Amino acid sequence: MTAPTTTAPTDDDSDDRNPPAGAPAGGGAGGDPFDRDALPAPPRATATLLRSLLAPLRARVVLAAVLLLLQQAAVQAGPLLVAYAIDRAVPALRDDDHGPLIAVAAAYALCSVAAGALQWGFVLVSARVNQDVLLDLRGRIFRHAQALSVDFHERYTSGRLISRSTTDVESLRELLSEGLQELITVVLSFVYISAMLLWLDLGLGAVAVASFVPLYLLIRRYRRRAGRIFGVRSTAIAAVIVKFAETMNGIRPVRAFRREAANDAAFHTLNSRHERSNGDALLEMARYVVGSRLVANTAVAGIVLWGAYRVASGSLALGVLAAAVLYLRRLYDPIDRLGMFLNSYQSAAASLEKIAGLLAQVPSVPEPAHPRTLPPPASELPGREVVFDDVRFAYRTGGEVLPTFSLTIPAGQTVAVVGSTGAGKSTLAKLLARFYDPTTGRVLLDGVDLRELAVPELRRGVVMVTQEAFLFSGTVAENIAIGRPDASREDVERAAKAIGAHAFISALPDGYDTDVRKRGGRISAGQRQLVAFARALLADPAVLILDEATSSLDVPGEQAVQRAMHTVLHGRTAVVVAHRLSTVEIADRVLVMEHGRIVEDGSPGRLIEDTGRFADLHRAWRDSLVEERTG
Amino acid sequence: MATTPAPTAPRSAVRSLLRLWPYVRPVRARLGTAAVVAVVASCTGLVIPLVLKWIVDGPVADRDTGGVWLGALYLLLLGIAEAALFGLRRWLVARPLAGVEAAMRADLYRHLQRLPVAFHDRWASGQLLSRGTTDLMLLRMFLAFPLTFLLVNSVTILVGVLIMLAQDWTLGLVLLAPALPVMVVCWLFEKRYSQVARRAQDQVGDLTTLVEESVLGIRIIKGFGRHRSQALAFRDLSRTLRGTELAKARLLAGIFAAITTLPELAIGAALVLGTVQVADGDLSAGTLVAFLSTALALRWPVESIGFLLAMSQEAATATERYFEVMDAAPESGTGQPADAAAPVPVPTRARARSQNRSSDHDGLRFENVRFRYPDAEAGSVPVLDGVDLHVRHGETMALVGGTGSGKTTLTALVPRLHEVTAGRITLDGVDITAMPRQELRTLVAVAFEEPTLFSAGVGENVLMGAADTAGEAELRRALAVAQADFVHALPQGTDTQVGEQGLSLSGGQRQRLALARAVVGTPRFLVLDDPLSALDVHTEALVEAALRRVLAGTTALVVAHRPSTVLLADRVALLSGGRVTAVGTHHELLRTNAEYAWLMSGRTETSERETR
Repeated sequence: MTAPTTTAPTDDDSDDRNPPAGAPAGGGAGGDPFDRDALPAPPRATATLLRSLLAPLRARVVLAAVLLLLQQAAVQAGPLLVAYAIDRAVPALRDDDHGPLIAVAAAYALCSVAAGALQWGFVLVSARVNQDVLLDLRGRIFRHAQALSVDFHERYTSGRLISRSTTDVESLRELLSEGLQELITVVLSFVYISAMLLWLDLGLGAVAVASFVPLYLLIRRYRRRAGRIFGVRSTAIAAVIVKFAETMNGIRPVRAFRREAANDAAFHTLNSRHERSNGDALLEMARYVVGSRLVANTAVAGIVLWGAYRVASGSLALGVLAAAVLYLRRLYDPIDRLGMFLNSYQSAAASLEKIAGLLAQVPSVPEPAHPRTLPPPASELPGREVVFDDVRFAYRTGGEVLPTFSLTIPAGQTVAVVGSTGAGKSTLAKLLARFYDPTTGRVLLDGVDLRELAVPELRRGVVMVTQEAFLFSGTVAENIAIGRPDASREDVERAAKAIGAHAFISALPDGYDTDVRKRGGRISAGQRQLVAFARALLADPAVLILDEATSSLDVPGEQAVQRAMHTVLHGRTAVVVAHRLSTVEIADRVLVMEHGRIVEDGSPGRLIEDTGRFADLHRAWRDSLVEERTG
Repeated sequence: MATTPAPTAPRSAVRSLLRLWPYVRPVRARLGTAAVVAVVASCTGLVIPLVLKWIVDGPVADRDTGGVWLGALYLLLLGIAEAALFGLRRWLVARPLAGVEAAMRADLYRHLQRLPVAFHDRWASGQLLSRGTTDLMLLRMFLAFPLTFLLVNSVTILVGVLIMLAQDWTLGLVLLAPALPVMVVCWLFEKRYSQVARRAQDQVGDLTTLVEESVLGIRIIKGFGRHRSQALAFRDLSRTLRGTELAKARLLAGIFAAITTLPELAIGAALVLGTVQVADGDLSAGTLVAFLSTALALRWPVESIGFLLAMSQEAATATERYFEVMDAAPESGTGQPADAAAPVPVPTRARARSQNRSSDHDGLRFENVRFRYPDAEAGSVPVLDGVDLHVRHGETMALVGGTGSGKTTLTALVPRLHEVTAGRITLDGVDITAMPRQELRTLVAVAFEEPTLFSAGVGENVLMGAADTAGEAELRRALAVAQADFVHALPQGTDTQVGEQGLSLSGGQRQRLALARAVVGTPRFLVLDDPLSALDVHTEALVEAALRRVLAGTTALVVAHRPSTVLLADRVALLSGGRVTAVGTHHELLRTNAEYAWLMSGRTETSERETR
């Protein structure tokens, strides 16, 4: 009933001795990039990523830029018309010449309407660009995360992946939807206005342009300082998110062990850290705003002084001064907004860097470039032959889990793999399911290396049911149909009936259409395992791997599954990993593993007769059932 | 896809936003001061055109170069004042606003931790998370800009208009002409934008849920090679979101266009009219410059209204979403913040009865317990329907039942993770509803079937089950009982970080740690939900041997699927059809109860007879 943790449980019984690669090597001093939530990305990966996102939209980006260019031209024409009105239209009117005035009126009206219409067009075009970029980026993160190996997921943790595809994408959204437009507007108006000022009067224009130097220095300083703060802030919010998600996903133990107060305290620490950096960022912004305003207002005062002085001495027209002053106010208006842009740019850059780091991860279990197909089945039966050819498996950090071994499982054989916790049973299963690739050697399915099979082909070949029976939101039927999405309702029900899940599903409020809600809250662990089985049956693979797949079932449930397995597994190749020996009853062959090695291999009957480990295990298991026998 | 429960009746944006007041209250002085400062700063900006007018009509017209210097000095002073005031405003609100966001997040977290488990069953955690992050950031931004600037800009516009009217009322009126249409457009916009904004935010929540599930269920997706269908679902959702965002953009484009064009047209009209007046000598050139300069200075305040309203609208939606969760009633009596008025619904009758009969050694007792999930339909069959069970003091009772018979549900009732629908549960004679939950949960320790570890050290995770005074000795004992000595071989021993941000452990390892957590505090009552399911036979035997010693003095209820686990217990209760249909020792039940025999051996009675 308990919702699972966000922790990706490894199911990996080999962890007892060999911490997985994610374990901090000898003390977690931060040597592993996974610990610091910063995966290495190649240099300039962020810029490359941004470029690759925008490249397919080049035409629209250009269109948006042109629209904005024209829009700004229309907007910035105003003061020029004012100058014209004062210097030309007024004298003309005094001479009863209405021409200039009518020209001003017409031009102004045109500019106003054009400014509005162009604005409208720009917002629409740029929104499309933004949304397409976001769609693309979200999809890339999602697909990439899905393509990365199980091994990666175990190390990277779900919280980080989630914050990559939510908050980090969100900060890019902010940059695109507000920031970029700001930036282009600001840059454009800087260029336009400077040009106008220079054209109106070279001297005044030069002063205005000169004021850009201190502004540039201010901006640079702000960028540097804020960049640091934003880095801290984004790490801080990630920590908050992880804590938040972990608590909500583990709400039952939180409650049962009265963790509320302790959690509040821990959350307070993380939250305060974020609050502090958040405040720092806002203060840095305040500092920047004061500085830039000061520079701007001083420049305005200086230009007005010089301009007025020259008008007074007769070397400058009044209209020109008026236009210059109107332009100046506009020139410095967007400086604050430039700060805002830098804000969103900095946080988006930090986020993009993390995203780029994620996207730069090469899937350690890559899809083949030139996939092969499986040969047609040798017989009527669905099973295929499995060969482990000189396979060795070790974690990247060096811990060897499976020393070199070879193993052949003929088509149609059911093999039980037993052994104590930490013997490497699950690793063997995961190699066959291609959750991992062997460090050396090959795993062959009917003679084809698993690495050469495309995913759909691979999954028609091999399917694995794990102990952890996760349900996706949606209906029960949808959850079963994950095994084969094109399956009809009849197929789904047949699979459920075969495994003995039909009765409980029919008893649910809406039967097969019952929404399992949040991670199967109302469906017991045993029932979820049955759903997982039905899913596997529906997938109808050549090779079926069951990894502790019956651990939560009661005895009748397990026996029903086993009965079903008898028919289902008939002719299929199956590998059943179990710590309970009841499973062995359906096996043709038993492998006993210890310390990563296969120490016994034979038919169940023969091994029981033997004096080896299996015989011991079997006796212990019989003993655990002894009460039942005497009953 | 999981969607949130439908929003309650739509309320106006203002009413939604007013609910933020309790959080804004502590910083109201600063926020208010900042607003006043911003108004002053903004109006300072409006004085600048007047100085310009004075320069143009005075020193410039009179060719008085000294006067020009004076005017420039005024301008400089005003400029410095404006810069300083704007800086002051930001300085005033920086820390407080970060504080408001943090306080709201802390409250949300605190509240969510105390909401009934049933609430969490209903809400996808992605939806909760997006409320705790993006929505709160939106609110902070709202408090920082739209809230202040809607006021500041209104005042600025008002003052600016007054200044313009004072200078030349006909020109002023011309400029005022678009005010009404702009307001109408804004009103229309607000209404439609709010719906779209809400839709977009909910779609983001759904997308988050999908991402979360795809990450959590990665093994299944990979195991069945379902990346593509998962990616398709993702693409559909993200495309829908894109469509909604584009709808938002269309509305925005419309209002931006209106807000740009209408005032600009008015300014153009004023310019033409003013030029005529200057030509006729009715108006000084300086006044026209000042007038237009003021009008242009007002352009940003007017244009900004569009996006300020949009931001306010999004903030209002964010507020609604935030309070949707905050309005859910927490579990009663769990140490809510002092101001929470949640009354403790202690059934006084039951309490009186229980106290009458109170005895210290009564053990754990279920009396006619009925349970139906709170969100189940009223008429539906209850999960538990009249459970009567008495676990004697110090006794270990195994709970056996078919898959889905409600065993786990029954165990969740003891620590009050769910509330009984009817009937009652007593611990040593005291009704569990009569004691504070904190106390109840101190008395009862639980190990869940799915062992959850938190991001903390291994030792810390285990010691969560004990009083604060527990230390190394207790930890060692508990780890020994649960056969979790592998802990000592971890990189940093009991300090090794596990959970979301630490080392990932196998299912069996986590289960043993969860068991250690349950027994570390030597609780008086122990509830174990199939605690050995992920262990191999050897380990299971060792854990059982150790557990038997622990269970000797503890009143325990153990959900069991297998004979080996049942053997831990003194007696066994069979849960069937929502009630306890048989209680007895394992042997008795095997003999007398066909269903039990079937559950334990998998053989029906007939086949049993046949084999004999």
